[in-house]
Amino acid sequence: MTRKELVVSALENGTVLDHIPAENVYKALDILNLKGIESQITIGINLTSKFFGKKGIIKIADKFFEDEELNKLALIAPKATVNVIRDFKVVEKKKLVMPEEIHGIAKCRNPKCVTNHQPISTWFKTIEEGNEISLLCHYCEKITDSKHIF
Amino acid sequence: MSRKSLISIRDFSKEEILHVLETAREFEQNKVQNFLEGKVIASLFFEPSTRTRLSFETAINRLGAKVIGFSDASNTSQSKGETLKDTIKMVSNYVDMIVMRHPLEGSSRYASEVASVPVVNAGDGANQHPSQTLLDLYSILQTQGTLEGLTINMVGDLKYGRTTHSLLQAMSHFNPKFIFTAPEELKMPKEYKDFLDSRGIEYIETTSLNEHLNDCDILYMTRVQQERFTDLMEYERVKDVYTLNASMLGEVRRNMKILHPLPRVTEIAQDVDDTPYAYYFKQAENGLYVRMAIISYLLGYR
Repeated sequence: MTRKELVVSALENGTVLDHIPAENVYKALDILNLKGIESQITIGINLTSKFFGKKGIIKIADKFFEDEELNKLALIAPKATVNVIRDFKVVEKKKLVMPEEIHGIAKCRNPKCVTNHQPISTWFKTIEEGNEISLLCHYCEKITDSKHIF
Repeated sequence: MSRKSLISIRDFSKEEILHVLETAREFEQNKVQNFLEGKVIASLFFEPSTRTRLSFETAINRLGAKVIGFSDASNTSQSKGETLKDTIKMVSNYVDMIVMRHPLEGSSRYASEVASVPVVNAGDGANQHPSQTLLDLYSILQTQGTLEGLTINMVGDLKYGRTTHSLLQAMSHFNPKFIFTAPEELKMPKEYKDFLDSRGIEYIETTSLNEHLNDCDILYMTRVQQERFTDLMEYERVKDVYTLNASMLGEVRRNMKILHPLPRVTEIAQDVDDTPYAYYFKQAENGLYVRMAIISYLLGYR
């Protein structure tokens, strides 16, 4: 093990989410509904990464996720990596795939959108232009760009 | 057999658009129909709009159906805090179709998802107003004999003008050319120009009304509103630049027609009304036939 690995302890079984932009770690917890669960969670924020600057890591013991659930993170952590751990070994590495539609997570930026006035779950189509992600609201048809997603 | 809802002009394919226009022509020739006798249609206007509401309600009556509804949400359970969903579900139980105008954008789309009957969007905030677009298309077809290969000059408020955006999208099925005549502050937004670029549709932009007045088949005028300007001096400077007078029409194409979604204020001078190019009042009348066609189509009768 290198010095870097010792900063956060290893998992026996579970999922490691790495390379989350440091400022979005809390949002990642929300998106995956991790706040109320019983599994052990280790969170690292502002760890140094050679390529990504400051990054965040979330390690969840004894929990595994469907791709569909993980891909919701692509909105706030498009370059995040997922390592699936069993018996202390990485058995699978995944990259996130931006889903075509996002339900219930982001907020529509249009103050006159019906979703901001009525109890309606938001619904967006994702639009990727190069590195920029924006969301097209299914209801009001306006675009919320990546800087204003949350 | 009832079909889907009409929330945005993009909900209709090119074939459906042409079918509705053809049906509108049938109704223009035979204004009194009775095949919707026994049906009840709701006219839910959560914000007032006398012109559109009367047009829809007349259309419903002329098809033989009956109307229920309201023209102002302040007298309804909405003011007691009832959700839109509950209101729509309740009304769905009573009627065969809902026609709806609401100040919030996306409200009609949502209503079409919770209603058990077809919904026609009569305007959701600044978003869509598809029956206006269809009556614009009908008027263009009526005056030009075709929708194909026309040059459309859109004038005035192209930034906030919902009708211009919607007409642009609808006409894109028909190989048009566009001219966008607007002050800098109210230029056609980039997303619509990108839309045209992606379809290889040509357009020219100008700030001068005179520059391309003689180059178009349709002159689509819209009102330049003071409220849209952050710089009032700029508004003062441009407010008369986009006003049309009869004297400007000396060399326009003979087939050219002037459309306006109405109400018009100063942007079309009164003396234009008597020229053979003024079509805006007939355009408004066409709304009746187009709305009869939309309703008949969505209920499966045409």
